Amino acid sequence: MASISLKDLVKTYGDVEVLHHVEGEIQDGELIVIVGPSGCGKSTLLRMVAGLETVTSGEISIGDKVVNKLEPADRDIAMVFQNYALYPHMSVRENMAYGLKIRKISKDEIDRRVKEAAEILEIGAYLDRKPRQLSGGQRQRVAMGRAIVRNPQVFLFDEPLSNLDAKLRVQMRLEIRKLQQRLGVTSIYVTHDQVEAMTLGDRLMVLNGGYVEQFGTPIELYDRPATVFVAGFIGSPSMNFLPATAQDGTVALGNGAVLAGGAQASGQITLGVRPEHLVQDDAGAIRIIVQMVEQLGANTLVHGVLEDSETEFVASVPGHVTAEAGTLMSFSAAAEDLHVFDVTSGKRIEA
Amino acid sequence: MLKRVHFPTSALPYLLVAPQIIITLIFFIWPASQAVYQSFLIEDAFGLSTEFVWFENFQILFEDSQYLETFWRTIVFSAAVAVLSMGSALILAAFADRVVRGATTYRTLLIWPYAVAPVLAGALWVFMFNPTLGIFPYILEFIGIDWNHYLNGGQAMTLVIFAAAWKQIAYNFLFYLAAMQSIPRSLIEAAAIDGAGPVRRFWDHIFPLISPTTFFLLVINAVYAFFDTFGIIHAVTQGGPANSTTILVYKVFNDGFVGLDLGGSAAQSVILMILVIAMTVVQFRYVERKVEY
Repeated sequence: MASISLKDLVKTYGDVEVLHHVEGEIQDGELIVIVGPSGCGKSTLLRMVAGLETVTSGEISIGDKVVNKLEPADRDIAMVFQNYALYPHMSVRENMAYGLKIRKISKDEIDRRVKEAAEILEIGAYLDRKPRQLSGGQRQRVAMGRAIVRNPQVFLFDEPLSNLDAKLRVQMRLEIRKLQQRLGVTSIYVTHDQVEAMTLGDRLMVLNGGYVEQFGTPIELYDRPATVFVAGFIGSPSMNFLPATAQDGTVALGNGAVLAGGAQASGQITLGVRPEHLVQDDAGAIRIIVQMVEQLGANTLVHGVLEDSETEFVASVPGHVTAEAGTLMSFSAAAEDLHVFDVTSGKRIEA
Repeated sequence: MLKRVHFPTSALPYLLVAPQIIITLIFFIWPASQAVYQSFLIEDAFGLSTEFVWFENFQILFEDSQYLETFWRTIVFSAAVAVLSMGSALILAAFADRVVRGATTYRTLLIWPYAVAPVLAGALWVFMFNPTLGIFPYILEFIGIDWNHYLNGGQAMTLVIFAAAWKQIAYNFLFYLAAMQSIPRSLIEAAAIDGAGPVRRFWDHIFPLISPTTFFLLVINAVYAFFDTFGIIHAVTQGGPANSTTILVYKVFNDGFVGLDLGGSAAQSVILMILVIAMTVVQFRYVERKVEY
């Protein structure tokens, strides 16, 4: 068990800096999800913690030990890879026992630990099979088993569920979470899937272009996104952004509609409002010309453009709503559900 | 059963395969059948008459202790060439797989020897190891080895083995490197995280995973050592001294074109032919199929 601390981490490939001064403290037993679009540097960051990539500058510590110069083997970590990276020529049992064998742990102890891990993951029946005789989900479990038998201080997950089908992914997601809570091992989990990130993480680190956009609990990120990027990335369907002008506690949209909110801001702003925070209200100031309606059963997504503008807009309305394309619908939003961002920096302006 | 799609019969398909079939018939099947026919004949010393003797040539061969010695020598030679060239190639490939900077240059340089013709390769080694002029005998003298492969059969054998192996390293290297690079990176990384050092990773993972390539190369190298080393041996030792570097294929040439025992020579080449067929069968049967790991 250990905490992890990232101090002023920089990674460059040649002249290209791919991670810019990443900072973060991870508490003992926490599961941190690093999330971001592809190419944002999230895997690189994870691989730096694992010791598979060198650190250009800055410091990574696991426990109170700086591990920058340590070999992966000496960092007391275990990693689950996207393609599982099981040893194809070894049986499931040998795969799981390999790390222990290298560490010269007694045979009885290895057998005990492998059996225990196999029980937890329900793969006891496949111990003598080769990886290629297993299904994707079973391979995934073996990869997890290989990580947990080692009893490491830190688990690293590199998009472990992205090769599974949607249903299995949801199921394994829950299992990973349960397992991590049961074992209480500090974990870093990399994914590009924001739903996975929200459901798994104690805290989320949102990376974009090598910068940490925000580092906080899922609810913090949802309720108070620090930047336009986080606001757009977290939540599905994603937040609506509208150019607007703020003045004296009100916000005027491009088409002249005026909403209450955005107290501290003045001048040009980007206004953000989540589809699910829009309330259908015939007297509402946000008027949309409907283009298309998606019925999801529990709720309905109304796609349209803001009246007298070309700004696309999505509203999520509970229950069943039908509307012909071209009709007008009006919505209102509470002042506390309006997010105000600076136009140039994209940073949140606190209301 | 799949139903065959029926096309109207026409001469076109036959025309398209005809060149290949004609080449095979003229350059492979006809000479091979001639060799088989020749192996049943014995010619008199002056080449004036031939007699059909069925398997007498073969019988003579298998009663000839020299031929059996040659057989054994060929096996030793082939094994040594295969082990030496595959071993060196494996080591070089393992390093090339790890090299980051200048990898392309390194690879290109290693592939060059493959472009050298066997006779030229032999000539290079002859010069380097010439007892009076060569650089290596000069160096070897310092550690007390008196090098003269014109007189010492063991040394001559060592020299042709090295020359033959050297030439094949590039080929083996290419296959090994390709095999190593097809192993997923993450697998090796997983092993590193599991605590395996570079040497352990090589023996526990890389070596078993490239075993299909090893089997493939084993057959290819055996065939190479059996047949393609003629040029090297002819240039370096001409089978001597005292037949100590005469392998089967060299003996075919020697008996046929120097000794003018055409029937015996043909019988030997028929035996070699059977060996090649056997090796090819082994390769298709066991090697082409993925090796079980």
